[in-house]
Amino acid sequence: MRRAPDLLEGLRSIYPRERILTGPAELAPYESDALTGFRARPRAVVLPETQDEVIATVRWCYREGVPFVARGSGTSLSGGSLPVEDGIVIALNRLNRILRLDPEERIAVVEPGVPNLEVSRAAAPYGLYYAPDPSSQAVCTIGGNVAFNSGGAHCLKYGMTANHVLAIQAVLADGEVVRFGGESLEGVGPDLVGIFVGSEGLFGIALEITLRLLPRPEAYRTVLAAYRSLEQAGEAVARVVASGLLPGAMEIMDRLSLEAAEAAVGAGYPRDAAAVLIVELEGEEPEVEAELHHLLEVIRNSGPTEVRIAKDEAERQKIWKGRKGAFSAVGRLSPDYLVQDGVVPRTKLGQALREIERLSAAYGLRVANVFHAGDGNLHPLILYDGRTTGELERAEALAGEILRMCVHLGGSITGEHGVGVEKRAFLAEMFTEADLAVMRRLRRAMDPRELANRGKVFPPEPVAGTVGA
Amino acid sequence: MSPVGELVRPSTVPEIQEIVRERRSLLPRGGGTKPALSTPASETTVLDLSQFSGVLEYDPAEFTFTALAATPVREVERMLGAHGQFLPFDPPLAASGATLGGTVASGLSGPRRYRYGGVRDFVLGVRFVDGTGAVVRGGGRVVKNAAGFDLPKLMVGSLGQLGVLVELTFKVFPAPRAHATIRGVRARFEEALRDLLRLNTSGFDLEAVDLEPPGVLWVRLGGQEESLEVRTKRLMAFLEGPVEVLRGEEEQALWEGAREFSWVPAGHALVKVPVTPRRLAALETRLARAGAPRRYSVGGNCAWVAWPLDLALLHRTLVELGLAGLCVLGPPGRRMLGEWEGEAFARRVKQALDPQGKFGVG
Repeated sequence: MRRAPDLLEGLRSIYPRERILTGPAELAPYESDALTGFRARPRAVVLPETQDEVIATVRWCYREGVPFVARGSGTSLSGGSLPVEDGIVIALNRLNRILRLDPEERIAVVEPGVPNLEVSRAAAPYGLYYAPDPSSQAVCTIGGNVAFNSGGAHCLKYGMTANHVLAIQAVLADGEVVRFGGESLEGVGPDLVGIFVGSEGLFGIALEITLRLLPRPEAYRTVLAAYRSLEQAGEAVARVVASGLLPGAMEIMDRLSLEAAEAAVGAGYPRDAAAVLIVELEGEEPEVEAELHHLLEVIRNSGPTEVRIAKDEAERQKIWKGRKGAFSAVGRLSPDYLVQDGVVPRTKLGQALREIERLSAAYGLRVANVFHAGDGNLHPLILYDGRTTGELERAEALAGEILRMCVHLGGSITGEHGVGVEKRAFLAEMFTEADLAVMRRLRRAMDPRELANRGKVFPPEPVAGTVGA
Repeated sequence: MSPVGELVRPSTVPEIQEIVRERRSLLPRGGGTKPALSTPASETTVLDLSQFSGVLEYDPAEFTFTALAATPVREVERMLGAHGQFLPFDPPLAASGATLGGTVASGLSGPRRYRYGGVRDFVLGVRFVDGTGAVVRGGGRVVKNAAGFDLPKLMVGSLGQLGVLVELTFKVFPAPRAHATIRGVRARFEEALRDLLRLNTSGFDLEAVDLEPPGVLWVRLGGQEESLEVRTKRLMAFLEGPVEVLRGEEEQALWEGAREFSWVPAGHALVKVPVTPRRLAALETRLARAGAPRRYSVGGNCAWVAWPLDLALLHRTLVELGLAGLCVLGPPGRRMLGEWEGEAFARRVKQALDPQGKFGVG
């Protein structure tokens, strides 16, 4: 690599001065994402406003051998948008146009910097919405959602981002611009959209994304049930699943996260509950009414201390506000926290929660649980104080034990946050060297110089390798 | 070497690995229900996977199962049905003997794909032998998983060109307790299409919306027994015009028939054409003029076209309309028709998974 001043000359032919950030104060906000324990200083941050500028930047990086990281709003919880030390950050927030919204075809074509919620907002006048709803949906961008196959509370019925992307135009890491997928729900040929979504930025940068929109359900019924123990709430989930109902969402919050959410947004959750289960039904009015009847029967037989039904949209929103604000609310209980998002088979939820409780006590660290129970997707928030020597390391060790437990129970190390930089070391616990070899070959087929989001996903290679910062 | 007309029937994974390493050109086959996709060109060895059949793991409470790739879809459906569960994407040709692996490799979904998503949305995990002979696992056994690249989805529609599928994991859903189907007859295609578009953007939870040209609409409702009557009435009011309601066995049989393509005349190929509702009219004009038997499924997102065996004219028509096609039933040879976007990206994927081109090209 050449020295900085002369190296950046090439970027100056692409961008006006004010859209290349190089000063320490300008770079600081880009040094980490929502995984705050990791920081790295990029050489520069560029702020493209057009697809052509992104393409030119990627080609320049390829020519010069400079690693780059594409970044949306930096909400990644796995360090997915952590810069590469001395690399380039391509900040895509200005590429935020909704290029087309076609209600009759039920699609939206958007640039990567469009915030998730903006799509639903734009679609709302037509009675449509974009289904994936990560908790950070007000700020997180579609580009980031595509890179990490983001989920949300409503995955249970509608799936994750991958289930809602129809077509992608992308610039691969060596500068070639490719298009794949189409506007139809159906396709022929290998599912290329399927492999691109969730590739964590290792193939290149999505420039234009065609999303599938859904008609907004006619009716919602949101039920909140309080329990004396977390395990009881987990048991109730198993019963609802077994009953043959398919709710839009099924979420659990434990005592610690309830207290935090209550303090932060006053969601009106029951004060004395050890756990709260939120179940949301959605669909046609008469169907939802019939399902509600069955659901209440199941819930009442699961030993709740209290059952509430949101009586209007305002109450429903209040329930969800508390749930979606839970991470940041729990953050207020502690100077620092780590969030894991391992998955366990749904029938092993109770076992997993007991084990987390045991580990929490063993490590002397508080763990708050707020999670997508219907999917078996845990979200233990491990509270620690980074100023206390050794506490971060202890928190990381505890997180590692939780991940191993998930793998051991037949689950996954991540349901929706991705591997990023945080869980690199654990990928090899889920996959064999042969599995990883194919994934690496795929990566190199798109990015022979391994520039795009270098250092993410893959564990550092056993032999003196090229991957890893 | 791959002797002409050779067919091998391995019964263990190491045998598959050895075959992949030794042969030059291979075509995996499951149930052979889609001859246009499973009949080899000369000097290609057919890898008959029929020994790889059987469910490995099914816990009804988990709503997932893992099975060997050549397990017949029917067998799985019976197993799930006993627990009130189902594969919501209506895998086509199940009654004819289609297998899980063949369904994934061909990327085919049936009418209820409209409501629940396609085969791509239900496959969670895969084990396959890649072009280098290595056994590779992707995805997992849980319903939500973002670890590693999504190889299970990549296999959907891959036509056996990226690897030999050995084992698959799917998620399943609880089956609706009751069904009803509304048949609406419109005098002209345009009227039926208008109703289809209205249905697509309505808030109704419809399981399937099919259009049988020129003007017959089939709309399927599924859900709780006690709400079905009210929902059917609401839908009839919304549709206006002459409609009739089908229930019970007759209703089931109707959709079973659609999944089996029982309407395709003998001596015809069957081609799947992904389309969008708005582009349907142009396609319909061309197909009506050619007199091709056809049916539009998935709310106007999938056209099934029966065509006399020479596909050259259909290919040209699709090119002109900017559409792609996949020949499913019919003679081997031409599998992909029309225009397909994604070749540049697909070539790179192929290079990574099958660097020596053992599983054919294009």
